[in-house]
Amino acid sequence: MTWLLDFLSVLLLTVRDVLPIAVVIFGFQIFVLRRPIANMRRVLTGFAYVIFGLALFLQGLEQALFPIGRLMAEQLTSIDFVAAGDLLKVVTWGDYYWVYLFAFAIGFSTTIAEPSLLAVALKAREVSGGAISAWGLRLAVALGVAIGISLGAFRIVSGLPLHYFIIVGYIVVVVQTFVTPKIIVPLAYDSGGVTTSTVTVPLVAALGLGLAENVPGRSALLDGFGLIAFASLFPIMAVMLYAQVAEFLVKRKKRQSE
Amino acid sequence: MRQVFDVYWFRMVKALRAFSRTLLGSLRDMVPIILVIAFFQLFVLQQPIPDLFNLLSGTLLVVLGLTFFVYGLEMGLFPIGESMAHAFAKKGSVFWLLVFAFCLGFGTTVAEPALIAVAREAGEVAADGGLISASESGIAEYAFGLRMSVALSVGLAIVLGVLRILKGWPIHWFIISGYLLVVLITMVAPKSIIGIAYDSGGVTTSTMTVPLVTALGVGLASSIKGRNPMLDGFGLIMFASLTPIIFVMLYGIVML
Repeated sequence: MTWLLDFLSVLLLTVRDVLPIAVVIFGFQIFVLRRPIANMRRVLTGFAYVIFGLALFLQGLEQALFPIGRLMAEQLTSIDFVAAGDLLKVVTWGDYYWVYLFAFAIGFSTTIAEPSLLAVALKAREVSGGAISAWGLRLAVALGVAIGISLGAFRIVSGLPLHYFIIVGYIVVVVQTFVTPKIIVPLAYDSGGVTTSTVTVPLVAALGLGLAENVPGRSALLDGFGLIAFASLFPIMAVMLYAQVAEFLVKRKKRQSE
Repeated sequence: MRQVFDVYWFRMVKALRAFSRTLLGSLRDMVPIILVIAFFQLFVLQQPIPDLFNLLSGTLLVVLGLTFFVYGLEMGLFPIGESMAHAFAKKGSVFWLLVFAFCLGFGTTVAEPALIAVAREAGEVAADGGLISASESGIAEYAFGLRMSVALSVGLAIVLGVLRILKGWPIHWFIISGYLLVVLITMVAPKSIIGIAYDSGGVTTSTMTVPLVTALGVGLASSIKGRNPMLDGFGLIMFASLTPIIFVMLYGIVML
């Protein structure tokens, strides 16, 4: 019974989030475009499915993944675990290897489950006529997020300033832009923004906060932020790299067959 | 009678088949998370999994939810985004298209739960640092201003992105000048706002906004002559995740 009540409140919250979008869409359709919506019933059913699905999804995350994810982030970053019970041990950044591995694994796996990335991947496959496989794109993005978050975790542990990493990342992106097949560039830029929404943000934020609270000399308020920035910069590089590798392989194949 | 029944039967079987295919896809998408959690909990932390029932039933809900989401996406959200893009292109009114783009960006961001949470946290950081008054109303006011500036920046970002599609400007000049602006403003922005600003770029693009904005961009690019949906249709989300960084840092400079 409490479960049902929980679900209803999540459903209501989802409806509230979707409401502004619905108002904008239907408002413009009726007052500016002044034409009936084609397949009205289908569209409305689709909207209902999306809201219902999103609510189920959030409820499930809240019930299953977030509590255990937060708990694990806390345990992995706690000084007892990192120093392995050795009270006199001086902990250095290298002792956090399980944290980096966890950051990598959780970044990868949550990105694969991210609904907005799925939406963009489906669209990219449709537009490219199947040349860009939805799976290839999602794997590339997930790898990018995984590397980004583990590097971000390293930054929090080491205490290096965030903006140096970001600036170097920007330079790499700009250089890659000029050597990557043009057709993939806009899609690569977009994949930076889509990776961090429903699933990734809460888990990654918990990891960042746990690290900043437990690593000696870090403040949660100043060092806890920044992981999401990493998670949205690295997929851009990963997708462009994916395109470069794919192009290279095609060229080599052509050369061999000649 | 028989024929009517057959038609419905056929439709139902078809829908069920499509649904179960999506269901299998979502199940596959969840496998990595489950493996990661099980591995770290059992082998690294060496602790039993607490509350196994809730974990399993919650995972089931996530899988079902993902299935409905994708199913509804292809049924409702993608078609309406695209049909509106086509309708605007046909109507030919750039003004209304840009107003629509702004409303879509602003409206979807202002209510975004992730943004509300980040703005609140940012308010607390600023109050802790003694930069604004630590009263409840001081924090709320600061958080509200932050939310508004992010929503405004996303609205403007979508407008700029749509203009780019209409004019066919190459996207990389935008990202390069955007990055330059970010770097330059970072030099002068208060240190306490930088982390929040960089993160706010990632949290603005929600699960509902992304499919709609993508459908809008691709729809526009495919209904305007001389535009390539692959080259010109994507990129709107990049605009929406770059401008908040700039606006939040500017807000920090003005307010702190």
